[in-house]
Parts: sequence; structure tokens; C-alpha cells
Amino acid sequence: MAPPKNRRPGFSRKAQYSIFATYVLAIAGAIIGALLLLISILDPKGFSALRIVGAEASAPIGRFFNSIRRTAVDSSENISYYWDAASKNKAMNRKIEELKKENLELRITKLENKRLKLFIGNIQNEQLKIISTGRLISTSATSGRRLAIMSVKSTQNMVAGQAVISDKGLIGRITEIGLTTARILLLTDTANVVPIIRLSDGLAAFATGNADGTLLIKPLDLGINPFQKGDILVTSGNGGLYPPNIPVATIIGKSGDSGLAKPLADPATTDYSSILEIYDPAANQEIEIIREEANLLDSSSAVP
Amino acid sequence: MSHKERFIRRKRRKSFPLFGSRSYQSRINRRHSQWRILFAPILSVLMGSLMTTLPFFSDLPILPPFGFMIFIAWRLLRPGMWPMWVGLPFGIFDDIFSGALFGSAALMWSIAMLVSEFIDSRIIWRDHILDWLIASIFIAIYIIASLLIISMIQVRPNLWLILPQIIFSIALYPLVVRFCAAVDNWRLRR
Repeated sequence: MAPPKNRRPGFSRKAQYSIFATYVLAIAGAIIGALLLLISILDPKGFSALRIVGAEASAPIGRFFNSIRRTAVDSSENISYYWDAASKNKAMNRKIEELKKENLELRITKLENKRLKLFIGNIQNEQLKIISTGRLISTSATSGRRLAIMSVKSTQNMVAGQAVISDKGLIGRITEIGLTTARILLLTDTANVVPIIRLSDGLAAFATGNADGTLLIKPLDLGINPFQKGDILVTSGNGGLYPPNIPVATIIGKSGDSGLAKPLADPATTDYSSILEIYDPAANQEIEIIREEANLLDSSSAVP
Repeated sequence: MSHKERFIRRKRRKSFPLFGSRSYQSRINRRHSQWRILFAPILSVLMGSLMTTLPFFSDLPILPPFGFMIFIAWRLLRPGMWPMWVGLPFGIFDDIFSGALFGSAALMWSIAMLVSEFIDSRIIWRDHILDWLIASIFIAIYIIASLLIISMIQVRPNLWLILPQIIFSIALYPLVVRFCAAVDNWRLRR
């Protein structure tokens, strides 16, 4: 394409100045962008109000296309049920007979477990307190951060830090709240750290996201890599944000000192997700107090 | 067919030129729609930025940055159409929806405007392949830089993570140009 005429000013002073002015404006724009970036690096939640307005305004698009997507998935599933129906039916009947036997054994072990628990005494067996439920309507699929937008009826009683779970396990936690939407930091984001234990023996570890759909599991005692493929990890309840015993991930491999794990809950296939109450608000308040004290110390040391 | 019907038919044919060899030419009493000329490209870029609000769930950053791609495609297709400061408002709009750090797109889109101005002064006559090459470099640098900016506040994800996104975006760029060219055709129709 030929260069545009308005970039060739000739001898016209006016044209030359106006080109110069556009350069100045463009550079000023870049500087403003850099300043905005600096502000958001210093205070990552600084522009949350703007993002919330954007999320609220664009949520209807997400809701609409999400309902279409769900219908498409459902109908294709329904059609696939009819495929090969007779032989499937036969196989299922056989399976049911086997499962009936297993079920009986399971019920016996369950009763035994109950008795043992009574024997041991107070083992955490609390009900999860669900504040509200909603649907994930979009994720930040272009960016290296793993965030999702959740659509809820109302955001009453919701605060940042509450855990979001699906029927399969932990999804993430809330970071920003609007009127009918909430922004969720997914489990797989590199900024999300979840205290976990191994279900089999209570080995304590931290799970951090790799931003590629896997989690890095760092055990508290370094040196040996104790993880085996297939280990199930659940939240420990430490730190006070996540309630204990929510399934988080299964180990799929090792990397150096740590284990690699795959989250049990997949945001793409979850229908509804629930928001849980913060497990131990007192723990959070303590952290806040410590933080404020540190700030006070900082400011007092800065003043000579 | 009555005279009146024939008149209406002729009028309709003129106002909706489908196979318009003459569709851009000046004809008496046929003027460009100023609204279309101004807003069609702007809306197309905003639409690209809004792609992240669609229910697209992925573990990886795999969705191409459509806002930036459409922006660059317009810039290379029609140099001088937009004032040079236009990267700032477009970038801020993209920042609201992208989930990246606020200000990162505002900064990078502004710089992209400045750099493409420099490219315009160096490589004056360009064809589609050269435009594709330039856009590929823009897109690759943009995606890598976004990841590096994110790593200023949190642990940096593995750089290999964005390779599929870069390849996917570069491969998709000609389609984006076709889209912009189609919008351009529609925009300049009389």
C-alpha cells in the first residue's frame, strides 16, 4: 500500500507541526500506558473497579454463548447414548450385578469406619458451608494468567479469598467481586498457592499452578521426592482460607524435588460451582494485623 | 410489471450493489456513510478484544490475542487511517477484558503504533507476505512481552507455554486480514 499523503508535509509549516504533534501525543500515550502498568504492578488490585464494570457489562455475552455451548454438549451426549444401545445395555446390566456385591462390602466397611471414628473421637467431619452457587462463563484464554469469570445470582456475603469448588474438587478462589459476577483465580495460576496434604498419609505440601493445566507440588520437607503416580491430594485447612479435605489433584509425575499433579476439577466441564465460606476468618484477621504492624514499622522507620 | 414496480426494483438494485464493479466510484447523490467509515474498524478491534468474554475454557493461554491482531491488521492495511495515539484507548479497553496486568496492552499497543510508523518510513511498498512477516514479529513479541510483564508480580510460567499460542496466532493472521479487508470493502461502499 502506498504511504498516506498526510505523512508528506512538504514545506507547509502547519503540516509539519501537526505531524510533530501526533508524535508527541503518541509518545505521551505510551508513557501513560507505562504509568498505568507501574501502578498496577505496585497495586495489582488498583483497577479492579474498571475490570468489574467490564465483566458485568460483558457477562450477558458469556451467559448467552455458554447456554448455547451447554445445549450443544448435552444434545451430542444424548445422541451418543443411543449409539450401540443394545450391547451397552447388556454390559451395564452385568456391571450392576457386580456393583451390587461391591456395594454391600462398601457399606460394611463404611459402618466399620464410623465405629472407628467414634472410637478415635473428634475427627474433622464438618459440612462445607456453601454461600452461593454459580457458573463459570469465561476464562482469560489469551493471557498467561489463569483467571475465570463466574456468574452468580447475587454476590451478597461474598468476599475475596473464598474458595470455589465443583463437584469434583477445588477450582480456585475469589479475587474480585461485582454485582452478578466474580473473578476467580484458578488453581492453575502461578500466583495461587494452596496448602495441601496427601490423602493416604497426611504428608504436607504446597500446590502452585504452572499456568499450563498442571500443578507443582512442593513438599514441606525437601530433599526426597516422596510422591507416587496416582496419589490423591486434598486441602489441609492450614492458613484458614480453604476448608480441609477438599479434593485438589492427583499426582501424574515428578519434576526434581517436587511432584507434578493434575487438578481433579476441570473448569471446562463443570456445570455448577459453589462458593464456600472462609474456613477460619480469624486466621485471616491475624495475618491482616501482622501486615498492618509491618506497615507501621516500615513507615516509622522511614521517618527520621 | 407496472411502471412503479419497475422503478422500485431499479432503485433497490442501485442501493444494494452486490457485484459492484462500480461500488466505490463516485456517483451522483451516492456518498459514503461517514458513520461506517469511522466506526467499522474501531468496532472490529473492540470486538476482537471482547473475544475473551466468550465461554472458551482452556488450561493454556491458547486463544490468539484477536484484539491486537485486528488492530495490527488495520494498521498495516490502512496506514494513516488512525491517529498515532490511538493505541492508548484501544489498549485500555483490551486491558479491561484480557485479565493481564492493567496497562500492559495500553503500553504495548502505543509502542506498536510508534514502531509501525517507523516501519512505514523504511519499507514503503509492501505486499501481503511482507505484511504477514511484520505482523508475525509484532504478535510474537507482544505475546512474549505480555508473559514477561505478568512475571513482574508472580512466578513466571514456562516460556514454552506460549509457543502454541504464537504459532496459532501467526497462522491465523491471514484470516484476520481477510476479515479486515471485507470490513474495509463494506465500509467504503457507496
